[in-house]
Amino acid sequence: MSIDKETAAKVARLARIRVDEDRLESLAGEFNAVLGFIEQLGEVDVEGVEPMVSVTPMRLKWRADVVTDGGMQDKVLSNAPDAREGFFTVPKVVE
Amino acid sequence: MADLNGMTIAAARDALRAGEVTSVELTEACLAAIAGAGALNAFVHHTPEIALEQARAADARIKAGEAPAMCGIPLGIKDLFCTRGVPSQAGSKILDGFLPEYESTVTQNLFDAGAVMLGKLNMDEFAMGSSNETSVYGDVVNPWRRGNDDAPLTPGGSSGGSAAAVAADLCLAATGSDTGGSIRQPAAFTGITGIKPTYGRCSRWGIVAFASSLDQAGPMTRSVRDAAIMLEAMCGHDPKDSTSADLPVPDFEAMLTGDIRGRKIGIPREYRMEGMPDEIEALWAEGRRMLEDAGAEMVDISLPHTKYALPAYYVIAPAEASSNLARYDGVRYGHRARLAQGDGITEMYEKTRAEGFGHEVQRRVMVGTYVLSAGFYDAYYNRARKVRTLIKRDFEEVFAQGIDAILTPATPSAAFGLGKMSDADPVAMYLNDVFTVTVNLAGLPGIAVPAGLDKQGLPLGLQLIGRPWEEGDLLNGAYALEQAARFVAKPAKWW
Repeated sequence: MSIDKETAAKVARLARIRVDEDRLESLAGEFNAVLGFIEQLGEVDVEGVEPMVSVTPMRLKWRADVVTDGGMQDKVLSNAPDAREGFFTVPKVVE
Repeated sequence: MADLNGMTIAAARDALRAGEVTSVELTEACLAAIAGAGALNAFVHHTPEIALEQARAADARIKAGEAPAMCGIPLGIKDLFCTRGVPSQAGSKILDGFLPEYESTVTQNLFDAGAVMLGKLNMDEFAMGSSNETSVYGDVVNPWRRGNDDAPLTPGGSSGGSAAAVAADLCLAATGSDTGGSIRQPAAFTGITGIKPTYGRCSRWGIVAFASSLDQAGPMTRSVRDAAIMLEAMCGHDPKDSTSADLPVPDFEAMLTGDIRGRKIGIPREYRMEGMPDEIEALWAEGRRMLEDAGAEMVDISLPHTKYALPAYYVIAPAEASSNLARYDGVRYGHRARLAQGDGITEMYEKTRAEGFGHEVQRRVMVGTYVLSAGFYDAYYNRARKVRTLIKRDFEEVFAQGIDAILTPATPSAAFGLGKMSDADPVAMYLNDVFTVTVNLAGLPGIAVPAGLDKQGLPLGLQLIGRPWEEGDLLNGAYALEQAARFVAKPAKWW
């Protein structure tokens, strides 16, 4: 399985990372080096093996479904690159 | 008392309690050492006001006779830990300007115990790297050099700033984090001790996430005793991290007897890698002899899936990273790209992430995106998770046979030159973690202990791997190894 320029562009788009056209070729090459390395996993007999979900088996704790925190709008917004009137602001999403 | 900044935690604690030194004196000594060590580029955010305020409070506590072991001890904090009101960037441009409104549980635990924060430590961006060369702050330089050669060496990564700071006596100890070897490899490269506890021992709350099923915090210290003292203060159950274990935390220091008679220590044959340098092989054999002399029974064991640990890691870790790093979108915190006329929200995401993430982080996020994408999820991600089950099973089987701990080299080489790997295939860099990454995949505790110098005078470390939740027993094995190895070398000061 080899990754071409088009696949590299598609992956970049899915990851929401802009990659310039002239970088796609070398990026595809880097992906192929990494994927060539992980390709070895194909040698392992995994028939009947469960994929790991939790490395240290434990029952997740439950708690009552009640509000335990909140009321700190100013703190939530304090690091936003752009916040106005108590909201995060972004470029127009709906025409 | 000479060289306050070079003391161990244990010695400083005893001197503080005896009234022979104050935390303010220890802190001032460290601040002076840090001010003179800019060439190492270890501390990247300095917090002297916070440090002195905490030191004065610690001195008052000690005077009142109410002083936990970490009270008054000056520490460096890896930039990965969110610290309230203090820059916490995980070594990334994308978190430029981020000032957390909250404190990570681990640092809060340390501060509750009276510890002092000197500042934030350099690291590979988002903890992705083995040489501290992917940081937005620039490379960290290892205080160690080869003989009379002044070529700058890597301190390892990702906790490279932590390792360099402890080795160069800029702080008494530092926090680190370990996803594939990021505490143990830099500890080995700088001649210090570093332990990654069992997954779930330390809360991950407030620690910038890389790969959530693998990340664990741990201490980086100048001795095994210090590791025991500091780990105890860092860990414990935290309701804010659902994977944090609700188990009592033992008194780790009290378990350091040095008596390992009758303990069964495994030597895994699969860790004898092709092309492994003779010096690493010799150090490993020496470690075996030292533990045997201390009365342990050495047993040859097999961990058959070892070879597949790194490839499985390079599916699982990027997959989790691609999800975790999706939060950096230029909306809630950190960097947002300047937009052009007509740019919509997608352009904002794409430009922000292209500008904010460095090359290695971008590569891993995209590899993770690929292995999780439709059509490849089963072939890569699910297969890697199955292999991870087998890797963990390998360890469970040897522990079931009565093995108490496993001895391996910590790294496949000594510290290498900065820039030496930059042209190499990314996979060549990944091989640094070949002995450490199995431990993260299996969720086990592992510790790196300095055990000798190579021909060029650089430190080399050995790793002990323990049973889950038995950090006390593991630390005791490491203590026996430390006593036998008698590693006392320090880097000659050039900075």
